[in-house]
Amino acid sequence: MLSERGAEAMIVAGGTDLFPNMKRRQFEPKSLVSLRAIAELQRVTGDADSGLTIGAGVTLAQVSRPPVIAQSYPALARAAGDVSTSQLRNTGTIGGNLCLDTRCNYYNQTYHWRKSIGFCMKKDGDICLVAPGGSRCWAASSSDTAPVMIALGASVRLIGPRGERVIPVDELYRDDGKDHLTKAADEILTEILIPPANGLRSVYLKLRRRGSFDFPILGVAVALRLAGDGACAYAKVVLGAVGSRPVVVPQAESILIGNRITPESVESVAQAAARLAKPMDNTDSVLSYRKKMAHVFTARALKEAAGLP
Amino acid sequence: MKQLIKLRVNGEDYEAYVPVHKTLLEVLREDLNLTGTKHGCELGECGACTVLVDGEPTLSCLTLPIEIQGREILTVEGLAHNGTPHPLQTAFAELSAAQCGYCTPGMLISAKALLDHDPHPARDDIRQALSGNLCRCTGYSKIIEAVELAAERR
Amino acid sequence: MTDELTLIGKPLPKVDALGKVTGETKYADDLAMPRMLHAKILGCHYPHARIKHIGTARAQALPGVVAIITGADLPVKYGNLPVSQDETGLAGDKGRFVGDPIAAVAAVDEETAERAIDLIDVEYEELPAFMSVEDVLTKEGEPIQDYGDQGNVHKMVALEFGDTESGFAAADYVREDTFFYQGNTHLPMEEHAVVAHYTADGKLTLWSSTQCPHYVHRALSKALAIAPSRVRIIATPVGGGFGGKSDPLPHEVAAAKLSMITGRPVKIALTREEVFYAHRGRHPVLMWAKTGVRKDGSITAMHFKTFLDGGAYGSYGVASTYYTGALQPVTYKVPTYKFEGMRAFTNKPACGPKRGHGTPQPRFGMEIQLDKIAEAIGISPVDIRRKFVVDENSYTVNHLRITSCALGECIDKVAAASGFNDKHRKLPFGKGVGLACSSYLSGAGLPIYWNNMPHTSVQIKIDRGGGVAVLCGSTDIGQGSNSVLAYTVAEVLGVSLDAIQLTVSDTDLTPIDLGSYSSRVTFMMGNAAIEAASKLKKLIMEAAAEKLQLPVEALAAKNNSIYCIDDERRSLTFAQAAQLAEAKHGGLGAMGSYTPPKLAGPFRGSGVGPSPAYSYSACVAQVDVDPETGEIKVEKIWIAHDCGRAINPLLVIGQTEGSVYMGLGEALMEEQDFRRNQHKIPSLLDYKSLTMMDMPEVETILVEPIDPEGPFGAKEAGQGPLLPVPPAVANAVYDAVGVRIDELPITADKVLKALALKAEGKEPRVGPKGVPSFVFPEPVRVEPHPQAPKLRGA
Ligand SMILES: Cc1cc2nc3c(=O)[nH]c(=O)nc-3n(C[C@H](O)[C@H](O)[C@H](O)COP(=O)(O)OP(=O)(O)OC[C@H]3O[C@@H](n4cnc5c(N)ncnc54)[C@H](O)[C@@H]3O)c2cc1C
Ligand code: SF4
Ligand code: FES
Ligand code: FES
Repeated sequence: MLSERGAEAMIVAGGTDLFPNMKRRQFEPKSLVSLRAIAELQRVTGDADSGLTIGAGVTLAQVSRPPVIAQSYPALARAAGDVSTSQLRNTGTIGGNLCLDTRCNYYNQTYHWRKSIGFCMKKDGDICLVAPGGSRCWAASSSDTAPVMIALGASVRLIGPRGERVIPVDELYRDDGKDHLTKAADEILTEILIPPANGLRSVYLKLRRRGSFDFPILGVAVALRLAGDGACAYAKVVLGAVGSRPVVVPQAESILIGNRITPESVESVAQAAARLAKPMDNTDSVLSYRKKMAHVFTARALKEAAGLP
Repeated sequence: MKQLIKLRVNGEDYEAYVPVHKTLLEVLREDLNLTGTKHGCELGECGACTVLVDGEPTLSCLTLPIEIQGREILTVEGLAHNGTPHPLQTAFAELSAAQCGYCTPGMLISAKALLDHDPHPARDDIRQALSGNLCRCTGYSKIIEAVELAAERR
Repeated sequence: MTDELTLIGKPLPKVDALGKVTGETKYADDLAMPRMLHAKILGCHYPHARIKHIGTARAQALPGVVAIITGADLPVKYGNLPVSQDETGLAGDKGRFVGDPIAAVAAVDEETAERAIDLIDVEYEELPAFMSVEDVLTKEGEPIQDYGDQGNVHKMVALEFGDTESGFAAADYVREDTFFYQGNTHLPMEEHAVVAHYTADGKLTLWSSTQCPHYVHRALSKALAIAPSRVRIIATPVGGGFGGKSDPLPHEVAAAKLSMITGRPVKIALTREEVFYAHRGRHPVLMWAKTGVRKDGSITAMHFKTFLDGGAYGSYGVASTYYTGALQPVTYKVPTYKFEGMRAFTNKPACGPKRGHGTPQPRFGMEIQLDKIAEAIGISPVDIRRKFVVDENSYTVNHLRITSCALGECIDKVAAASGFNDKHRKLPFGKGVGLACSSYLSGAGLPIYWNNMPHTSVQIKIDRGGGVAVLCGSTDIGQGSNSVLAYTVAEVLGVSLDAIQLTVSDTDLTPIDLGSYSSRVTFMMGNAAIEAASKLKKLIMEAAAEKLQLPVEALAAKNNSIYCIDDERRSLTFAQAAQLAEAKHGGLGAMGSYTPPKLAGPFRGSGVGPSPAYSYSACVAQVDVDPETGEIKVEKIWIAHDCGRAINPLLVIGQTEGSVYMGLGEALMEEQDFRRNQHKIPSLLDYKSLTMMDMPEVETILVEPIDPEGPFGAKEAGQGPLLPVPPAVANAVYDAVGVRIDELPITADKVLKALALKAEGKEPRVGPKGVPSFVFPEPVRVEPHPQAPKLRGA
């Protein structure tokens, strides 16, 4: 159906991102293809030992609650549970959360507002109001769960008219606010495959102004595995909301793996994270503050995961 | 494009012939004359439009009726039973947890779902459960107390 | 006295509570009528632009469109204050901010109206935009309005009471500070809505979510040139107002006009974004404060300069300007005082009255400055306030009459409950407490348009079954004025609440009440209700006395019965007594009114500030500041509020908690923020307001001196308790981490910035650097009131 309707059609899961965007005329699809009725998309199967498979249509509420997720993938439970409000989590899906449109406070506005200030290239216009000189859109990837999925090493299954493929979540995104998904419009994300937990320690910390409703203006996902001798065997640090895609901090691997985690190594990774964070002036709060917090939150998340004071 | 929608609201069956893109909020208020459900943004940002769909608090402003045909919808009008208010309604009235009363239907619905899942919630659980409903009048304290009072009485 | 009262002082549910919890209450947008049209408004796309042409042909051609109006259809200017008649409903000559209503379309449904709006072609000529006071003082260009004191300066005020120069000379310590209070908005949960119906008989009826039906009545009659008798305004239950629904607003005028053109009911329901443009909220105020004290902390002189960023229209702005200077001397003794204020027109939604109207901003500066002074001269924040609280039954230097005042007791109680003295400067780094106090009006002493008539009247009719119909123009905006009206009449007549039948806020049926603003309703309507009920009670008691053959003094009325105090068996039911009275006097009806005493001082500008009574509040905030992130967690708020007698403590506590909530929002996050000449965040998601997760525990202590003139001794509770909250938080942040954030909101990034300055050894402060070098007019010099605090040794 999607392929028939072509670019005029859009997929809707929970609709909690799509409908507000349609109301503000950021999206103007001619038709919608709903995934709600597809039962196969609503399942969570597997376990911590063999890995989990989460259907794209599973709601965020359902992701945040099961003990297997809370115990073995706490960062995921936390990230899903931190999305907006309980009402929204009852409808919003994990698939929709991974495909969430990028955000910018010049863009998440009504048609009249956007027309008044001058349309930007993400919709209806051709310049960027955040960085007018440049040729790209800097809208921010604002999904809470995307950085966590990357940190956990998860993959997604995409099914489209040209067949099926499984790609790491990391490869689902590209650094372009206007076109941030590598997925084709007619490809459906059907499930998320999370590798076995196998002693993984994961933490997610979210910066936002209020205790509910708010999108992250910084998210830090950390996943660590420590060997028997305390040396780090797996380390991933991924930042959310400070780029048009989740920002992977490669220094986490290069600095931490093979060594015991120390306050000094944590500090080095945190510094690297703050350097990589590219917040723009298009979300809540002040960008210099968000950059500073990338440092503080990365350090805190790493310490929490590593069990350091 | 209009379509015939069948909805089950507060235990009664309704039919409405409405444009497919009309939200549940609009259909409830404009086509079924159930104006108890309120709106503060119609963008998912306030919780005033909360209704229960199969017992789960749901934002009616971001829900298409066509997607929830056949499911049980509960609105504030369905809380009282044969004219007897729900204990939450009595408690909200007694403690003045409704000032202007505009957020109240949504609050009550969220609170009902909470008490149905957890008859004796701790204060923090109440805060969590109702944190998706904004109120500009009360400062929330009386609302929390009213939920506690209703829980005590049940 | 207290134990004789059966309803007053009791924690009763509100009389309209059940309607609100069942969804029965009909707010404006819940109304629907046969043949009703839906209208949408087109807002201006530029901050400041001449409207050269509006093409409506394409919109008109859209099937379903019934009528389109533009500014040309609404040529008459109106405004709430007689001195600010600068609105027309739809701007005709030019748009003055992004979103300023310029056209409206009525169509068969909302969607069609919305589509038609996009088909309206507007030709603009852009004009230079003025987005701040700074712009107004430095930028060239066509002024936004064609009136005002000079250019875009709408209003200038300069007053001096006593000789501040000798006041400062007598001081041992003088300090000057600058502060900035960011603008913010009311954000009622209910978006404004109106239904207008102009019927075949030439009568216009409006159902609107307004706080002031009387003002809408006046404005509509003027704007649409219809006799007042042909206009009826019914205020529907208001889903939150806080001041935002106290102006006659453009959508009300537009809906009325569209209904007149079409002869059909027309509804306009504002979107959330449009509510941000309707605004009339808190003025951003830049201020400079200079205060001199003696070693003991007593104030010798105070001088305030305020700069208000007013937005594009006058609204209540002239009053707002005066209010930024009026109430500083009402809390502590101030023997000499100078105030200079100005309001600028800017290309933003108009500012106006929001909870506390013009007084929270200077209060923020004043209470922080006192905290700084206390530290500098080595006395405690409690002492610098407690020792110098104004005397009861005195006057302030600026001629305001103080009657009851329990601020001292408020301070004692709040300090004791919070353990302030054991915590202040003694908590570990990161934790802190702060104290602040304030005062607010119980109703403005003068009406907004000059007249000698009452500010409110209450009418009562009693039927033969003992039912009591009470009519008043007052508007319940959630504060509980309906309940106060019912309790008051029932208390006086000795009937139960279910005997009372209320009809309120309907300009055809109810006697005038000026509206729900300035915390005037309980005080004024309450007094009018007592007067009306007492008149009828007299007739009923006399008739009963005659029948029972007892002197009136031997009788009491309670629980729907009139009985002999010494022998309760000798009694009549209230209904029986009412019938006897009706037989004797004819139909039973009475009117009561309230006019405040003449309180204005002998100088121009004295109309703003006087009130028949002032409420007082003292607040302690306890905070936990994370020095790494700058995040502030308010752990608890203690607030003591002198509300006079609490007519219903539950409602007073509710108003107090709600005020604290709103004050915390203003302190921590709420801001009406602009970027590139337009509102940056006109949504409930991006304009931050506290959720249940962010709201701390509040301990409210009611202090209830019986006010000599208040109804049953009551004063106010709806606004005052907001005022001390922002400065208390600021002072607590200083106590916690030693940095001064002299501007609102106090956000994490500012705290962190100040901490960084501190680490560098610089002044640990974030706040405005100074104020513009603006030349105010020569101040009007006014002799202090003879009963005002004296400058000792002068
Ligand atoms: C007030 C508010 C606050 C919010 N706060 C947060 C927050 O704090 N954190 C956060 O992460 N998000 C937040 N969101 C965004 C959003 O609600 C959630 O991300 C949610 O998980 C989206 O899921 P959905 O099922 O509703 O997606 P939809 O709205 O249905 O879809 C979102 C997008 O993904 C596409 N899509 C959905 N499912 C699939 C699929 N299976 N395959 C291919 N494409 C698909 C859609 O076409 C659409 O473009 C918020 C939204 C609102 C309105
Ligand atoms: S980042 Fe630039 S191009 Fe992208 S949405 Fe924002 S303003 Fe538009
Ligand atoms: S109206 Fe649905 S969340 Fe505000
Ligand atoms: S009671 Fe008015 S918004 Fe909650």
